[in-house]
Amino acid sequence: MLGFAVRRLLTLVPLLLIVSLVFFLMLRLGRGDPALDYLRLSQLPPTDDALALAREQLGLDQPLAAQYWSWLSGALRLDLGRSWSTGRPVLEEVLHFLPASLQLAGTALLLVVLVGLPLGLLAALYRDRWPDHLTRAIAFLGVSLPNFWLGFLLVLLFSVQLGWLPAMGRDGPASIIMPAVATATMSACVTLRLMRSAVLGVLGERHLVFARARGLPRRTILGRHVVLNAMIPPLTALGLHVGELLGGAMVVEMVFAWPGLGRYALLAITNRDFPVLQGFVLVMTLVFVLCNLLVDLAYAWVDPRIRFGARAA
Amino acid sequence: MKVRLALLLVAVLLGAAVFAPWLAPFDPAETSLASRLLPPSALHWLGTDHLGRDVLSRLLWGARASMGAVAIILALVLALGSLVGATAGLLGGVVDAMLMRVADAFMTVPTLVLALFFIGALGTGLTNVVIAITLSHWAWYARLVRGLTLSLRARDYVAAARVAGASRLDVARRHVLPAVGGQLAVLASLDLGHWMLHVAGLSFLGLGLAAPAAEWGIMINDARPFFRVAPMLVLLPGAAILLTVLAFNLLGDALRDRLDPALQGHAH
Repeated sequence: MLGFAVRRLLTLVPLLLIVSLVFFLMLRLGRGDPALDYLRLSQLPPTDDALALAREQLGLDQPLAAQYWSWLSGALRLDLGRSWSTGRPVLEEVLHFLPASLQLAGTALLLVVLVGLPLGLLAALYRDRWPDHLTRAIAFLGVSLPNFWLGFLLVLLFSVQLGWLPAMGRDGPASIIMPAVATATMSACVTLRLMRSAVLGVLGERHLVFARARGLPRRTILGRHVVLNAMIPPLTALGLHVGELLGGAMVVEMVFAWPGLGRYALLAITNRDFPVLQGFVLVMTLVFVLCNLLVDLAYAWVDPRIRFGARAA
Repeated sequence: MKVRLALLLVAVLLGAAVFAPWLAPFDPAETSLASRLLPPSALHWLGTDHLGRDVLSRLLWGARASMGAVAIILALVLALGSLVGATAGLLGGVVDAMLMRVADAFMTVPTLVLALFFIGALGTGLTNVVIAITLSHWAWYARLVRGLTLSLRARDYVAAARVAGASRLDVARRHVLPAVGGQLAVLASLDLGHWMLHVAGLSFLGLGLAAPAAEWGIMINDARPFFRVAPMLVLLPGAAILLTVLAFNLLGDALRDRLDPALQGHAH
């Protein structure tokens, strides 16, 4: 198990290198002069002298390979440089905003599991009767809803009309409810559909007939044979949802003024704040890669075929 | 039934997009401080926004921007995905291994965040949003086309064509593309709504078209400060997005049921 984890971890290193290098090259070879962006964000007038000085200070006059190496060697020492607009260390800022985003995405993930799986089971057990039709209609609507717009709808209903929940901010457990629902809806509906078809698949299998023939009570059959087996496909897809939820959270954050990475990244994009962009890409890629790794490890733990198999990549 | 409804909805939306310049009663960018935040009336069917612009006209022009962006993304993703996938599948060996490593790297990061990365590198604007969404989705198509190409290459009739002297290009054009087409159509139609949501979301973040332009995402962003006074300004463009995505998803489901029953339950 440990060997498997280490092997998987080692395959991540080239991936992070490739992503950071490609992104670095796109930034540097893209349009515009980084020195100009730097001076604008530092609120200095772009005179020739200032530009030349900025290029020298930022190392922009050096070859690209040297520039990338200096960024990379900094990153290895956990130094991602300083933001051009605030002057503070990028890593410190990213780590300041990351927890709120992770909290939102994590709460949404919990909702996806707690709502999507039971409703999917319900839909399958009541196949072609009204609970099935209702949940499927809701799921169809749910996968078509823009998450940020759903956020506005929730605010309109629960804050403006009813006054039950705070419309914005991150203050107390009540404030996370609406952002989490808006973030989770799409994934929850996808999970519901997957769970429904998985349960229907299991219900058609022969060992269930045998279980019934053995006289096992309905509860045991449902709990042990149907639900446990049917949960595998939707749980497999959860690995993908973690990433989608984090991305979705960054959009939903803007509706609820949730103080996460969304606004921070957005500012960096519109400002063209190079060190922040590079740091953001590195940290986010690392987060996704670690999420995928956790999911893989969970499989390997459940399924020894993967652990000992040749397919490590 | 499902197919007809989906086709009807998509046709109406496409019609709105194509004929927006003739259908729209007003210039979508024409401001009028005298008629700000008006409720619906005979003159302005859906009212006006905070700058006195006609909401119906802006919605129609917004359809043009959103649907246009999705159409271009569709073309680009199909072209890039098929090109890379077919190249990898037909050539095999080192080329295949390298292309698929690149595709894997693109598939590690979730699509919306990957699109954000690319917009960060390329800058904002609708063109860059389109490029960013294309770059964050082509890898799935490349994988699908490669897999189908590989399985086709092993078929007898393709081998027979090769033996009969057909070049690799001939094989790709005559035998591989038609077989792959159906599968691609299913996957792409299921993704149309997904791209629509990405375009709208990124515009909502202010990364797409600049402020005066009419696009559904940016309309919602524009209307935010007036949300409590005039919630319709947020609700209407969102309803337009929802309707479009619903239509696309309906079409995708219908196509999948018809062309590829094995894919049932596939969800993006």
